Amino acid sequence: MLSSWPLLSVIIFLPLIGVLFLMLIRGDEQVVAANSRQVALWVSSFAFILSLFLFWGFDPIATGYQFEERAEWIAGSGITYHLGIDGISMPFILLSTFLTPLAILASWQAITHRVREYMIAFLVLEVMMVGMFASLDMLMFYLFFEGVLIPMFLIIGVWGGAERVYAAFKFFLFTLLGSVLMLVCMLYMYHVVGTTNIVDLTGYDFLPAVQFWLFLGFFASFAVKVPMWPVHTWLPDAHVQAPTAGSMILAGVLLKMGGYGFLRFSLPMFPDASVYFAPYIFGLSVIAVIYTSLVALAQSDMKKLIAYSSVAHMGFVTIGIFSLNEQGIAGAMFQMISHGLVSAALFFCVGVVYDRLHTREIGAYGGVVDAMPRYASFFMFMMLASVGLPGTSGFVGEMLVLVGAWQASYWVAIFAATGLVLGACYMLWLYRRVIFGRAEKPEIQELAPLNNREYLIFVPLTILVLWFGVYPSTLLDVMQGAVIDLLELSGAGTVTQTALR
Amino acid sequence: MDFSQITFSAALPEYILACLSLILVLIAAFSSSSEHHMKSIRSLSLIGYALAFGAIFFVPDGRHVLFNGLFEVGALGYYMKGLVLIGAFFASWLVSDGWGEGVDRPEYHILVVLAVLGMMVMISANDLISLYMGLELQSLPLYVVAAMRTGSLKSSEAGLKYFLLGALSSGLLLYGASLIYGYTGTTNIDLIAASLSEGNVSAGITIGMVFLLSGLAFKISAAPFHMWTPDVYEGAPTPVTALFAIFPKVAAMGLLLNVSYGAFGEISVQWSQIFIALSVASMIVGATGAIMQQNIKRMMAYSSIAHMGYALAGLAAASEAGFASVIIYMTTYLFMGAGTFAIILTMRRDSIPVEKISDLAGMSSTHPLLAAGMMIIMFSMAGIPPMAGFFGKWYVFLAAVNAGLIPLAIIGVLTSVIGAFYYLRIIKLMYFEEAETPLDRGMERNNRLVLLISLGVIILFFMGISRVNEAASFIAMSAFG
Repeated sequence: MLSSWPLLSVIIFLPLIGVLFLMLIRGDEQVVAANSRQVALWVSSFAFILSLFLFWGFDPIATGYQFEERAEWIAGSGITYHLGIDGISMPFILLSTFLTPLAILASWQAITHRVREYMIAFLVLEVMMVGMFASLDMLMFYLFFEGVLIPMFLIIGVWGGAERVYAAFKFFLFTLLGSVLMLVCMLYMYHVVGTTNIVDLTGYDFLPAVQFWLFLGFFASFAVKVPMWPVHTWLPDAHVQAPTAGSMILAGVLLKMGGYGFLRFSLPMFPDASVYFAPYIFGLSVIAVIYTSLVALAQSDMKKLIAYSSVAHMGFVTIGIFSLNEQGIAGAMFQMISHGLVSAALFFCVGVVYDRLHTREIGAYGGVVDAMPRYASFFMFMMLASVGLPGTSGFVGEMLVLVGAWQASYWVAIFAATGLVLGACYMLWLYRRVIFGRAEKPEIQELAPLNNREYLIFVPLTILVLWFGVYPSTLLDVMQGAVIDLLELSGAGTVTQTALR
Repeated sequence: MDFSQITFSAALPEYILACLSLILVLIAAFSSSSEHHMKSIRSLSLIGYALAFGAIFFVPDGRHVLFNGLFEVGALGYYMKGLVLIGAFFASWLVSDGWGEGVDRPEYHILVVLAVLGMMVMISANDLISLYMGLELQSLPLYVVAAMRTGSLKSSEAGLKYFLLGALSSGLLLYGASLIYGYTGTTNIDLIAASLSEGNVSAGITIGMVFLLSGLAFKISAAPFHMWTPDVYEGAPTPVTALFAIFPKVAAMGLLLNVSYGAFGEISVQWSQIFIALSVASMIVGATGAIMQQNIKRMMAYSSIAHMGYALAGLAAASEAGFASVIIYMTTYLFMGAGTFAIILTMRRDSIPVEKISDLAGMSSTHPLLAAGMMIIMFSMAGIPPMAGFFGKWYVFLAAVNAGLIPLAIIGVLTSVIGAFYYLRIIKLMYFEEAETPLDRGMERNNRLVLLISLGVIILFFMGISRVNEAASFIAMSAFG
C-alpha cells in the first residue's frame, strides 16, 4: 500500500504546506508567534513520523535504490525528477527529519522576534535538506544543495549574535565559491554523459585525467561543506553567531552534506581519482584532527570550542571515507550520524545555559552542577559520547574509522588516535570548568533547573545515542549493503588493497 | 511592392505600433496637456502593446522575408518581440507617482512607443540598412527620454552622454557596415551569409564585422562599451531607468543573435572570440563595479552589465545550444528587471523618492512582503537555485562547456560569487538591520501586479523550464535549419 504513495515527495514537500499555513496566520504578534511555533512543530513532527515509514519499509538486503520516483522534468534533455534512497541516504533523511522538530523546540523561547519568518526558514531548510539526500538527479541535487544556503543565511543573519552579518556572509560566500566549481564539473559531466541521472553517471567511466579535475571540482564544494582544514574557518564564526537551533542543524545535518557528497559522487564516479587523492585527504584530515583539537583547547567560548571539535570529528569522517574499505566507510557513515546527534545535543547544552545567563564564556560558569544536576548528567553523557566512550554511538564510529584507517595506512590511524586523546582533553576540561568547581556567582546558584521542553529534547537524543552505542546493528545493517555496493561499483576497494600490499 | 496577405499579417505588430504612435501624436497635439489626457495616452499605449502582443499569435508560421529582403520574420523574431512587448507593457504599466518628474508628459509615452517600434524593426532586420533604421528609431527616442528630467543636471548629462556615445557607436556600426558592403557587395544579411559560405572570407569582412559588433555591443552595454550605463541609469528619471533595465537589451540581444548567426554564421570562429572577450570583461566589470555603489539605480546598471556578460557567454559558444541559452537567459533577465524596478519605484520616504541602497534598511520589518519579494529577486539575480536566474546561468554555462569554453565558464561562476556579494548586501540591509526612518507604506496596484507576475515567473520557473527550453531549442533549430 505504501509503495503506491510517492512517500519521498510527500516527506520532502510536506513542510511547504506548513509554510503556507504559517503565511496565512493572522492576528497580533503574540498570537502569530504562538501559532507559528505550533504549526512548525507539528508539521515537522509529522514529517518525521512519515519518514519512519521509510525506515520500516526499507529492505536492507535489496541492492539499488528504493522508494524510487521518477517523472518528466525538462523534456528531452536527460534531466528528470528522480528521487530514491539507499542505505547511505536513508539514515541522513531520518537524521534531518528527527533533528528539525527538536531544533524548533529548542528555539521555543529563545526566539521572540519574527517567529513566523524563523519557522518558515526552518521548514524551508528541512525541504532542502531532505530533498538533497533523496535526489537521484544531479541538477536536483545541486538545486537543494545550494538552496540550503538561503534559509541558513537568513537564520544566522537575522536571529544570530552580535557579529552575525560577518558570519552569515562568510558562510554564504565560502560555500557558494565551493559549489560553483562543482557546478562547472556537473555541466561538464552532463555534457559528456548526456544525462544528470546519478545512477547513470555512477556507471559511466570517466577518463582518469578527466576524473582528476572533476574530483577537484567536487572536492572544492564538499571540503568547504564538511569542512576540512584549511577551509573550515567559516564554521566557528557561523556556529558562534547562529542561534542555538541553527547551530544544531548546521552541525547536525549541514556538515553531513559534504560527507554524503563524497559518498554519492566522488567515490563512485571518480574511483581512480579517489585513490590518487586519498593520501592528500588523509594529510588534510590528520591536520584537521590534531590542529583543530589544539585550537579547541585554547577556546574561551563554549560554542566555538564545540565548533572546532566538529571540525576534528569531521576529520575522522573524511579519513574513514577515503580509507576506501568497508569498515572505514561504514565507520564514517556511523560517525556522521552519531556526530549529528551528539553535536546537536552539545550545542543545545550550550543553548540551555545561554538562555539563562546570556553568555557563552566558559569563564563565566563553574559549579553549574549544584543548581542543575540533571542538566549536568545529560551534558556529561553527551560529552562522553563526543569523546567516544564505549557504550555510546561515538565509540562505534570512531572505532570503525580507526580500523578502516589502519588497513589503509597505520600512520594515519596513529595520528587520528592522537586526536582522540586531545578530544578527551578539551571536552573533559570544558566540562570541569563549566559544571564543576565552586559556584561563586549568585546567578549561577540560582539557575533554573531543566524544564519539560528541555527534557523533551534531551531524552530522545540521549536514548538514540545510547541505543546506537549499545546496538549499532540498527544502523550498520541498513548501511552495509549500500557500502558494499559502493565499493564494488567504484572498484576502489580492491584497487587500494592491492596497491597497499 | 505588393501588399499581399502575408506582407500584411507578418508585420502586423509593427503596423499596430506605427499607427498607434501617429494616433498618439495627434491626440497629444490637439489636447491640452491635462492629467486626463496624459492618462488616456498611457492607457492607449498599453492597449497598443497588448494588441501588438496578441498580433504575434496571428502571424504566419515559418520564416518569411518581406519588403524586398529588408524585413524577415521567424521564430526568433516572434519570441523576442513578444518579450520586448511584455517588457514595454510592464515598463509603461508601472506607476511612478512622485518619481515621474519629467516623464509625466504625453511625449514620454509616444517616444516609448516609437522606441518599441524601432526595436521590433531591428529584431526583424534582414538588411544592414533596415538594421540601422531600426536601431536609430530605437535609440533616438531613448536619448530623449533619458534627458527628460529637464530641471536636473544629472538627467541632462545622462541624455547627452548617452547620445554622444550612442552616436559614436552608430558611427562604428556604419563604418563596419560600409566595409562589409564593400567586400561582399551587398547589405542583405542572407546574401552576406551566402557570400561568406561561398568562401568569400577576407580580412575586410572580418574587420567590418568587428566594427559592426562593437556598435551593437554598445547597445547591450557590454564592457568595454559600458561606460554610459551607470551614468544613464543613475541620471535618467527612474521610470526611464526601469524601462532601460527591462527590455531594450532584450531587443538588442535578439539583433545580436540575428546578425552573428544569420549573417556571419560561417565565420563563427571569428566572432566567438569577440564575444568571449566581451563576456569576460562584462562579467568582471559588472561584478566588481557594483560592490562599492551607494545608489541602487547605479548598482542595477552594473548588475545589468554583468548579466549581459553571462548572456554573451552563451553567445560565445557559437552553437545551437548557445543560441537557445541566450534566449532563456534574456527571458529570466526581463522578469528580474521588471520585479526589481516595481520595488524601486515604490521606494519613497514622506512621498519623496529615495534611491540610496541604504534606504532599504530594515525593510523586512516595515514592508515584510516587499522585502521578501526583493530578497527572492536578489537571490535569483545571484543565480541561487531554485530561482529563475539559476536556470539562465545553467544553460549559458552549459553551452559554454559544450563548446569547450571551460575557462570562460569558470570565470563566469567565479564572478557570480563576487556578484552574489552585492546582491546579498541588499538582503543584509533589508533583513539584518533596522530602519531609522521607515519608507512610506503602500504600493500601487499596478506595481504590485508587476511584482507578483515577475515573482511568479521567478519562483515557478523550474516548473516551466521544460517549456521555455523547448521553445528556445525550437527557435535555435529553426535559425540553424
